Amino acid sequence: MSSVATAFLEATVRTATPLAIAALGEVVVERAGILNISLEGVILTGAFGALVGATHWGVLGGYAAGVGAGVLLALVFGLFAIAFRADQIITGTAVTLLAAGLTGTLYRALYGATGAALSIPTTGPTAIPWVSSLPVIGSGFFYQPPVTYVAYAFVPAVWWWMYRTHAGLALRAIGEAPSAATAAGIRVDRVRWLAVVFGGAMGGLAGGTLVLAQAGTFVEGMSAGRGFIAIAIVVVGRWNPLGVALAALLFGAASAFQFLLQALGLALPYQLFLGLPYVLTLAALAGFAGRVRAPAALASTDGP
Amino acid sequence: MTVAWRGSRWIAGGLIAVIVVGVATLLRASGFDVGSAVEALVRGSLGSWYAIGSGTLVRATPLILTGLAVTVAFRAGVFNIGAEGQFLVGAAGATAVGVSAAGVPSIVLIPITLVVGAAAGAFWAWIAAALRARFHVLEVISTIMLNFIAAYLVSYLVRGPMQEPTHIYPQTASIVAAARLPRFGATTQLHAGFALAVLACLASSWAISHTAGGFRLRAVGANPHAARAAGQIDVERVTTRAFLASGALAGVAGAIEVCGVTYALYENISPGYGYTAIAVALLARLNAAAVIATGIAFGALEAGASAMQRDAGVPSVVVSVVEAAIILVLVAADRARFRPDVTPA
Repeated sequence: MSSVATAFLEATVRTATPLAIAALGEVVVERAGILNISLEGVILTGAFGALVGATHWGVLGGYAAGVGAGVLLALVFGLFAIAFRADQIITGTAVTLLAAGLTGTLYRALYGATGAALSIPTTGPTAIPWVSSLPVIGSGFFYQPPVTYVAYAFVPAVWWWMYRTHAGLALRAIGEAPSAATAAGIRVDRVRWLAVVFGGAMGGLAGGTLVLAQAGTFVEGMSAGRGFIAIAIVVVGRWNPLGVALAALLFGAASAFQFLLQALGLALPYQLFLGLPYVLTLAALAGFAGRVRAPAALASTDGP
Repeated sequence: MTVAWRGSRWIAGGLIAVIVVGVATLLRASGFDVGSAVEALVRGSLGSWYAIGSGTLVRATPLILTGLAVTVAFRAGVFNIGAEGQFLVGAAGATAVGVSAAGVPSIVLIPITLVVGAAAGAFWAWIAAALRARFHVLEVISTIMLNFIAAYLVSYLVRGPMQEPTHIYPQTASIVAAARLPRFGATTQLHAGFALAVLACLASSWAISHTAGGFRLRAVGANPHAARAAGQIDVERVTTRAFLASGALAGVAGAIEVCGVTYALYENISPGYGYTAIAVALLARLNAAAVIATGIAFGALEAGASAMQRDAGVPSVVVSVVEAAIILVLVAADRARFRPDVTPA
């Protein structure tokens, strides 16, 4: 039984990793009053960038290219949402569509119409000495691909930055009252740009994780709604990095649940498992959305 | 309040031009013949009467109806990104009626099938509408989640309870002949659904501009607080109704696609109509009558793209880039128009 529990934990953390990384970026973006729906497209673009990077420069180059590609797409979003004050939701939807079209076209242009099975280097799990030998949780949490440990580091770092630094205070002020922040001498648009770039980098890293630490290949549309789920995780995590990390683990557990049920040999239709994370997202939003307060200026096109 | 820079539409246009030219250059560099691709695009959409009727207009029919669905929702300030899922459950509902209703005459069966499709789409929208009204769940997220759930639901149905009798292919049996929409002649694939789509746009356009309900819809979309305060309008009721109407229209689009084109349900029955619909609606400036023209324009684009992929090997997904580009240019040029109150509570 403990091996099943270990496998369940391992799958939970593995599925939660890209969600947590993307959501940690989005929480910073949303605290600046920007709702970046194009996170879905950012993850997809990051995944494609990671594929291109990894085929040329290895795993680290893949992650770097994924982050770079995510930032590029976030810049397109920022141009319209911040510089032009265009509607964020329509812009985000369009940028996601743009990402689907660009990655699909480039993938077939670069790797052929069939997308012959690409073999790219991936990172296997790395054990952290001592803690990985703890019973049950050891190999679940500390025998993971290195990018998971990067995610662990980002959780307290983003929290500390957001709640214990002047810059973090400025960020939160912008999300609540951009005009007041301007009056207080904060350069609102500059902070928003930096937040969107950070969100793009994290979304790109999440996409890179999908390719380089999990799938080992790129599939068109492989983000499969993870960007939208990450946005839901931000809501469930109450716009707090620590809450976001817990919420990501909750979603990871829901996804890992399907492996558990399959391991137990239950003959349920597989579409039920595949649809479960999306149903859970709806349920979680219904349970949390009304009771927590979003940043007051979220998705508002009001300028500083 | 600072006003965004006036040159934004030119920057937006320039950026989009760079992206489109960049993609074309890349396709050329990877060995595609861009010239023959463009030729195939034109030939497949406007090159002949057959291409116009059986290609462009058939493809335009679901785009007009889903575009109208998005228009109705956006006019009321409801961000229904869920036309895709509502289309799918509408198609599933219509198929369920169409495969089982043997012996019922067309004049009865076709209306029933379409109404069931509309009801299924409206039900799917109701889930998101209820989540919005009761729990303040942002409908952008909920409708997208429902799109994924609908896709898995269809996947389950065509491999499970609704699979065709031989259980070989992941699709349903064909609907009975009486449930199929009549066509405009023996040599065309253009079906009566196109006429229904055009009528729906004209009727909606009239209703939005000439009825009390249409006025309430516009008032709520323009400014819900003002509508509540000055017009004593029940904002929640109006947005919920607009959401349901939007879902019903998308559901009918799915039903018409089954009854007029595919005659069966299968996975990927929609190549993303519900997402293209957003571009259709925005290009029409959320004007229900103009959706007819923009729907046909995108129908031509998609029919041409299919020919382009078939004849020149250029992936048809490149059309998404063009659609996204159009939405971005429009949204940058017309900021104020698309600014309903969407701040979550």
